[in-house]
Amino acid sequence: MSNLKTKASTKKNKTNLASSVDVVPKGTNDVWVYTDIVKDHFFHPKNLVMDASKMKGYDGLGMVGSPACGDMMKIWIKVDKKTDRIKKMKWQTFGCGSAIAATSMLSVMASEKGGMLITKALEIKPQDITKRLGDLPTRKIHCSVLGDKALRSAINNYFIKSGQKDRVVKEQVRMIDKSAQVTDHDIEEAVLEGAQTLEAVQKKTKVGIGNPEVIPEVEQLIRFYTEKYFG
Amino acid sequence: MKKYIYLDNAATTATDPRVVKAMEPYWTKYYGNPSSLYYLGLKSKEAISISRIKISKILDCQADEIIFTGGGTESINLALKGVMSKVKEGHLITSSIEHHAVLHAAETLKKSGHKISILPVDAEGFVNLDDISKAIEDNTRLISIMMANNEIGVIQDIQKIGAFIEKINNTRLQKGLAKIYFHTDACQASGNLDLNVKKLHVDLLTINGSKIYGPKGVGALYIKTGTLLNPIIDGGGQEKNLRSGTENVPGIVGLATALELTQSSKDKENARLIKLRDQLINGILTTIPKTILNGHPTKRLANNVNISILDIEGEAMLLYLDEIGIQASTGSACTSTTLEPSHVIRALGCPYEVAHGSMRFTLGKDTKVEDIKYVLKHLPKIVAHLRAASPVIVNMDEVAKAIKNAPRKITEL
Repeated sequence: MSNLKTKASTKKNKTNLASSVDVVPKGTNDVWVYTDIVKDHFFHPKNLVMDASKMKGYDGLGMVGSPACGDMMKIWIKVDKKTDRIKKMKWQTFGCGSAIAATSMLSVMASEKGGMLITKALEIKPQDITKRLGDLPTRKIHCSVLGDKALRSAINNYFIKSGQKDRVVKEQVRMIDKSAQVTDHDIEEAVLEGAQTLEAVQKKTKVGIGNPEVIPEVEQLIRFYTEKYFG
Repeated sequence: MKKYIYLDNAATTATDPRVVKAMEPYWTKYYGNPSSLYYLGLKSKEAISISRIKISKILDCQADEIIFTGGGTESINLALKGVMSKVKEGHLITSSIEHHAVLHAAETLKKSGHKISILPVDAEGFVNLDDISKAIEDNTRLISIMMANNEIGVIQDIQKIGAFIEKINNTRLQKGLAKIYFHTDACQASGNLDLNVKKLHVDLLTINGSKIYGPKGVGALYIKTGTLLNPIIDGGGQEKNLRSGTENVPGIVGLATALELTQSSKDKENARLIKLRDQLINGILTTIPKTILNGHPTKRLANNVNISILDIEGEAMLLYLDEIGIQASTGSACTSTTLEPSHVIRALGCPYEVAHGSMRFTLGKDTKVEDIKYVLKHLPKIVAHLRAASPVIVNMDEVAKAIKNAPRKITEL
């Protein structure tokens, strides 16, 4: 936390009230700030689509999330078929500041330095995005978990559209919460990272927020993985 | 200079300089412990007594029916846990739009064996009497309904509910059943509504300082003589043994002063705020498409505006508003610990996406018409930008249908 504050306060000529105070979310005691990188991507998003009806000529389209669970992302990609690299990634996001900043950062990561290799792009994890953002407040990490999934879904869409069906990555997992796109594997990872209560797993994955009916199953999985790894 | 418009007065208010001045002597000059018998102790004791009398005059009760606490949350906890702990496996009734202080205290009470019934509200935020009588059981001990809601500002008809419960109590008495106590959380209402406990027919009423231009961390609980309750904090036996701990003398003086000041100016101030409130509500509803006013349009606090702006998320709006100096609040999940969006907006029957896009602007005594104009000038641009960047298009008809078809049942916690 302390280094985040330093970063925010050392930025020259841009000191204003918003960047010099901590933002404290309602109902909590933990103080946090968005890093300047997060703020920059939020206020000046890169590769953002302002009019989806004008999006033409892309190679893959992916969408995950739902407004009910609080985040929804739509990603368009253009692929250089010869080099198998992502040339452009465009996006739209419904969500909070960190969700918007995370999608913006993901678009930079996917398209910078001549574009990311598709094989590499398929491996992007939420943690890779938050690291590039200079970290997100712990309680906001969940906001960025959909970005990598949306990108994978766009890549799969590209594989199908370009006749490379054999390359489609079938996530060998079971979907637990369709609107939040959370699988049993995500819950396993959350447990491995130390989340052992429903609340803690929800913080990381958003599972069941918009679909409370899946919660009993989620709780069962948390017990299962907790016993498997920590029992 | 950067604009600085504070529209979050339901979160807390600036302390009135007159309140600060009234508190001033009790920090360094009259710092004695009110329990001490010498001059300084008596000065502190006197200050507390005067404050208690001031508040009792406003509430139209006896001075010894006022207990000072460490804030609204503590008063609520004392009312709920104090009353319920007098019985085993009792029954508490409250509403789905209460503050978390009530709902979470109710959860704790459930764990200690009490039954908790939660009353629904209608689409405009009102509890109805039918549901109250349906929920009442033989062992119902306490009913807690808030006077004015902190999120949507809706004002319940406490007087009517109180009289209704009193009538029920009369018939219960004949049947040999115990009296049901009635508590109201008046934290949001203390500055601008009539707090006459006789008119309201309440046994317990919570007020606090931080919403009425008074100090934070101090509150009071009105406890009608004869109301049975246990303390929740044990110690030296202060406040009739109901709230131990050395009294917060400057805080108590501040609370009484703040209550007097706000109550004496409330009619004039309410009239002024209602104009500004309605200007902001109408301005947003007419200039920004796909917006929904949450809560009843007129039976709401004079300073409360709560509007859901569809297709976008509240925290993103909040950040943009903060950047141009407007400080407001949202019911979006992204600002809560549980990732659950506002339970109040949800209780109105609104789907999750409506709660995620809810914005609360709460005006105060420093709010001027220019501030409202400034919000109305900038908010539509922010909304347009975020909407352009959002892939979501919520169907208004479906939202209306969802609100209309919401279950609205009495539930058990």
